[in-house]
Amino acid sequence: MSTQLPTQIPTGGYNFAYLDEQTKRMIRRAILKAVAIPGYQVPFGSREMPLPYGWGTGGIQVTAAIIGPEDTLKVIDQGADDTTNAVNIRSFFQKTTGVATTEKTREASLIQTRHRIPETALSEGQIMVYQVPIPEPLRWLEPREGETRKMHGLAEYGVMQVKLYEDIAHYGHISTAYDYPVRVNGRYIMSPSPIPKFDNPKMDNSPALQLFGAGREKRIYAIPPYTSVKSLDFEDHPFEIETWDGACAICGATDSYLDEIVTDDTGGRIFVCSDTDYCGERVEAGHKGADDEEKAA
Amino acid sequence: MTMTYDDTVMIAVEALTKSFTLHLQGATHIPVLGRMDFALSAGECAVLDGPSGAGKSTLMRCIYANYLPQQGRVLIRHDGALADITHAEPRTILDIRRRSLGYVSQFLRVIPRIPTLQLVMEPLLTLGVAEEEARTRAATLLARLRIPERMWHLPPGTFSGGEQQRVNIARVLVVDYPVLLLDEPTASLDADNRQTVVELVTEACARGAAIVGIFHDALVRDAVATRVISVTPHDRAAA
Amino acid sequence: MNKLLQVHDLTKTYGARTGCANVSFDLYPGEVLGIVGESGSGKTTLLRCLSAQLEPSAGTVAYDMRVKGLTDIWSLSEPERRMLTRTDWGIVHQNARDGLRMEVSAGANVGERLMAVGARHYGNIRTEAEDWLTKVEIDTGRIDDLPASFSGGMQQRLQIARNLVTQPRLVFMDEPTSGLDVSVQARLLDLIRTLVSRLGIACVIVTHDLGVVRLLAHRLMVMRRGQVVEQGLTDQVLDDPQHAYTQLLVSSILPV
Repeated sequence: MSTQLPTQIPTGGYNFAYLDEQTKRMIRRAILKAVAIPGYQVPFGSREMPLPYGWGTGGIQVTAAIIGPEDTLKVIDQGADDTTNAVNIRSFFQKTTGVATTEKTREASLIQTRHRIPETALSEGQIMVYQVPIPEPLRWLEPREGETRKMHGLAEYGVMQVKLYEDIAHYGHISTAYDYPVRVNGRYIMSPSPIPKFDNPKMDNSPALQLFGAGREKRIYAIPPYTSVKSLDFEDHPFEIETWDGACAICGATDSYLDEIVTDDTGGRIFVCSDTDYCGERVEAGHKGADDEEKAA
Repeated sequence: MTMTYDDTVMIAVEALTKSFTLHLQGATHIPVLGRMDFALSAGECAVLDGPSGAGKSTLMRCIYANYLPQQGRVLIRHDGALADITHAEPRTILDIRRRSLGYVSQFLRVIPRIPTLQLVMEPLLTLGVAEEEARTRAATLLARLRIPERMWHLPPGTFSGGEQQRVNIARVLVVDYPVLLLDEPTASLDADNRQTVVELVTEACARGAAIVGIFHDALVRDAVATRVISVTPHDRAAA
Repeated sequence: MNKLLQVHDLTKTYGARTGCANVSFDLYPGEVLGIVGESGSGKTTLLRCLSAQLEPSAGTVAYDMRVKGLTDIWSLSEPERRMLTRTDWGIVHQNARDGLRMEVSAGANVGERLMAVGARHYGNIRTEAEDWLTKVEIDTGRIDDLPASFSGGMQQRLQIARNLVTQPRLVFMDEPTSGLDVSVQARLLDLIRTLVSRLGIACVIVTHDLGVVRLLAHRLMVMRRGQVVEQGLTDQVLDDPQHAYTQLLVSSILPV
């Protein structure tokens, strides 16, 4: 994070990272408060950004407020660096800051994400920025904002268990697969954004700083490095992550989150890593997918 | 003025005065009882005597604390001492009624839908009697009052007047209350059942209960009364 | 026996208008108090003040807390008061929709209070929910159904189960039987009466139906224009009403 003003504005007419310095200061203050109270949703004056709500306006504002000229930025959408949203946001920051970008998790100092946490373990000094559509985990059972704030304030979190109870009652197991609620630092219940629950354990005690921005809802929250993040569950129905029977068709990984891809109109399908960087690194290192091994044999 | 009573006294009525003010009829004032005084000991059965409208039922209801007298008070032996039921807190009145004071009213008034046997068991259950014993005692009494067993599991709402009256009697006499109030319990009963009620009342007296009753039937009255208390209309009493 | 609730000079005003004025009474464990009066008499305002849903303008409502003893509920911190209302108290609303979560199953409705006080074993929560559904005469086969698919009487019974699951010592009921068919009403009244007496729960019931209080209440308070005009033992107030207004109420019951 750098507060030093850039000497040169990459794209004429715009301030470094698009937002004006006063706005960045306001957002940084919100971020500092969020870091000080892990999992607590801090209101902030969300600005109009040159992209629609739902495309990452909250994440972009957080990134814009903390990015400095020396940062290396990675942007992922559904685990991939090459999807429309990721490409656009990356090029937006290239144009407005001129910072280096990368697709390598290891090389990035700042990673803006939608829907995934990279498979490669994060390290100290890295910052994750999550795009959040609905920051309030209690919203589904309590529509009144004043009441949800009170419930957070008093740690009245029984209704979150009600949600999980309903899952088990109707499906025999906790069927919530995305945006699986967590308790941060033993205190606040937090929405981890729509990441698969597969990624929930990666948030726990992570060496990286994790920041969450919700543009439309005007909320910022954070998990400081090395903070406990526990997924809610029942004693007799403990939290579990997804597993797959097969491996990635491209790199053979069995430890990563797999996307199902339909390959033809006769029911053919393959499973591949959702994290394109992780998959690519494994292929470079000589790993092969199940399909390739069959062909080679 | 405080009267003193010996340990056998179960009911004491002191200077009891009762009138009604009908606010909806231009505050019409109807005096009913004027300064009634009597005391009743264990084993006594006092029959109230007086013309219709003299206030016999009113007196009964004042003793039960169902009516609020304007003056005077009623004492009932409860937990060994005489308790002022007229001026007691509602929860104390209910406790006296639950454990010490039984009242057979003229009409059965119960919650709909509850089976007869259950209704008769209920006062025992609230006193902490075990379910099985309560069932046996209730069944014995219902049988004695000639309620056919096939009707025990029906609510009494559709029963005949005489049957309802007998359920009403059973519901009270199933508990051995030390004080009993009986408001025309035999009014709609046939000769056999009247005789049963006479026996039940006599047995209650024999075990030491104090009883105040209204009986229109001269035969019943003569069979159970150990004394007669005359109730005269207030205006005449005052004269 | 210790008082469970001690109400002193309770007054609630809305600007110049009076909701209820100078209400005082004590309630003991296991006692059922009926509050009657016609619409606008202030009985619901009083109930809301007693049950911590509405802060009184003056006067005190003291409750016998399990640890601290008799304590003014408005001197408690908000978390303490909220905890009290969903553990040691129950509130049964006139409209089941106000007292139930309509979007979650019957089982979750009953289990919520348990989860709110820390129950984290699904199997145990479910067993307890089934037990309570049985107590309020709802077929346990309906445990995973939404309350919206229940009849009005079942919804009220579910609301009662949801409240009683934490074994409260005091339950507030606002017109619990209005809007139900007569036959359904009788069944619900019988159920409430049985549960309340078996569990020794104290109850404050607001209703305009004198038949309801005759069956349920040990004692009565008659309200008119925000004032208590008469109070006492239920059958005494109904059979020998002293105040003109009570006489009017009692004489207005339609004969069946």
